[in-house]
Amino acid sequence: MEFLTDPIKVVYDWLLELFLGWGWADWVAVLVIYLLGIVLFISAVMVLDILLVWVERKVVARFQDRLGPNRVGPFGLFQPFPDIIKLILKEDIIPEGADRVVFNLAPILSLASVIFLWAVVPLASRIYGVDLNVALLYIVAAGAIGTLSIIMAGWASNNKYALLGAYRMVANMISYEIPMVVALLIPTVIVGSMSFVAITEAQSDYWFVLVSPLGALIFLIAAIAELGRSPFDLNEGESEIVSGYHIEYSGMKFGLFYAGELLHAFTFGGFVAALFFGGWHGPWAQEYPLLGAFYFVVKAMIGYWVIMWVKYTVPRIRIDHMLAFNWKFLTPLAFILLMVTALTHRVLLDAPTWLYISGMFLSNVLLAWITVEVLRAQARRKRESVPPVMVGD
Amino acid sequence: MVPLSWYIFLSAALFSIGLYGVLARKNAIAILLGVELMLNAANINLVSFWRYGNTALMGGQVFSIIVFAVAAAEVAVGLALVIAIYRTRKTVVADELDLMKW
Amino acid sequence: MTAEQIIFFLTAALILISALMVVTTRNLVHAALWLIATLFGAAVLFATLEASFLAVVQIVVYIGAISILFIFAVMLTRRNLLDKVSQTNAGWPWAAGIAIAAFAGLVFLAGQMHNAGAQKGEVFGDPLMALSTALVSPDAYVLAFEVASIMLLAALVGAVYIANRK
Repeated sequence: MEFLTDPIKVVYDWLLELFLGWGWADWVAVLVIYLLGIVLFISAVMVLDILLVWVERKVVARFQDRLGPNRVGPFGLFQPFPDIIKLILKEDIIPEGADRVVFNLAPILSLASVIFLWAVVPLASRIYGVDLNVALLYIVAAGAIGTLSIIMAGWASNNKYALLGAYRMVANMISYEIPMVVALLIPTVIVGSMSFVAITEAQSDYWFVLVSPLGALIFLIAAIAELGRSPFDLNEGESEIVSGYHIEYSGMKFGLFYAGELLHAFTFGGFVAALFFGGWHGPWAQEYPLLGAFYFVVKAMIGYWVIMWVKYTVPRIRIDHMLAFNWKFLTPLAFILLMVTALTHRVLLDAPTWLYISGMFLSNVLLAWITVEVLRAQARRKRESVPPVMVGD
Repeated sequence: MVPLSWYIFLSAALFSIGLYGVLARKNAIAILLGVELMLNAANINLVSFWRYGNTALMGGQVFSIIVFAVAAAEVAVGLALVIAIYRTRKTVVADELDLMKW
Repeated sequence: MTAEQIIFFLTAALILISALMVVTTRNLVHAALWLIATLFGAAVLFATLEASFLAVVQIVVYIGAISILFIFAVMLTRRNLLDKVSQTNAGWPWAAGIAIAAFAGLVFLAGQMHNAGAQKGEVFGDPLMALSTALVSPDAYVLAFEVASIMLLAALVGAVYIANRK
């Protein structure tokens, strides 16, 4: 029964006893247990990634009013396996004049940067990789390594289109890091700590989406732009730039990029769930961590579904519109929201909970309303500055 | 146990390698890479002195953060200058940039 | 040979070998990538020195922004994609001599310090909280913090103006 309340500790103690019983030294046993834990965690994440391939193809099919894969296994559940077998059996082409080491390193770094993120995600109250006290900044750092892998891929391909796609993608990603960091600062201000575990635990009374809906929205938009998914995927649209920095990659290397992108999207769905929608909280989640992990995966799936929904509904945005949207609208809005949140949080620090939640929510609504009014005034001014065309003049 | 002197040796070695890079390279961007190495050596030195000294005094880490900011600003302006020069002179070899005005 | 020493040796080897490759390789994009390896080694060193915030900021600022800026600048300022000319100028023996003299001088100065063999002390309190308080507290370093942000603004405006096509 103790396994249900604290699974990690039970397994750790059992393995430690086992290894010490075999006569291993203390530090060897601990090291081997940590390595086993890492391997198991990454394997679980990668198995989830395989499932995500099926989820993606079914959901895109339903959005496009068709059925999706339904031949291989019940409901097409085993479809990812033929996909993987096909990718592994493909010929591994390295273009002439390409930089071999960098070319081969780029997809590895791209997938690695996503798996790094899973070290700090709190799956349940007592199931997480490590409780870093700078976890939110660590997330941004792992994103920076992903950015690096893209420019390595673009340059090493010895291909103009790949380089151009990589430039655009990297400009996109480093621009949208700023509203993402500022949106990540909003739960930090509310909780007073950058630790992911602390932020998720602080949502036991109320979810942070009630306190800062605008922050959740800004984080979602910045996350979708960071992922390089539609509508921000000019860098890899097949009709525009012939799939950008992916062009020269064939076989399993492309499979690594693709799997990394899907897992990245799911991870950010998980972040939105953990930062703003309560993470693993739910009925009886405090005593039974496995139940908490189940709630977290369900909420992360819902977040991932929202990201896919945006991808398959909204048309692509042009590169200069993308960057103008970031620098002229999203970044100032994020900074103003941070200042308003910090001020309101300080003013309402000792207020009772209902007053706190309604005060912060109202401040967010007020800010959103002011933003919409400013945008309307700008649009009206632009419309009036263009003289109307009279037919038959 | 790792004594402080090892960290000092490491940062001194990194600093001298950066110094060699600044003095011996032709390309202006490679010179800036050497400057980055020197700034990182200074950072390692600052943080190790903070850790091995009085960790209640935050001066070491704050100085290190200011060095981050200065390095970022310097790289941005330096590379902007290099790109602007490349547009007119079509070269970034430091030996060939020898006119004050053209 | 404690684990701490092994980690220090591996990290120091990574940093120094990558730095040597930065200053000797002919391909400039490779030099930028070796710089990234050096910066990553420095971040690992910061993490072992309990400066966790600095380690993560090193990766975000240096690797995530400055190195990418270097790679962009290298790609935008060369005439053909495969440069294989020698990258050292005529005075490189003098440069090597000056570098070795500088290293010897610094090591000699370090030997004169009385606490050069010091071991690590205890970490007081929570370094992250102490750092954040020190950056914004009026009797600590808020002035330096504000001046640094103004300097970054000046650098931003200056870089955009200089690199702009007139």
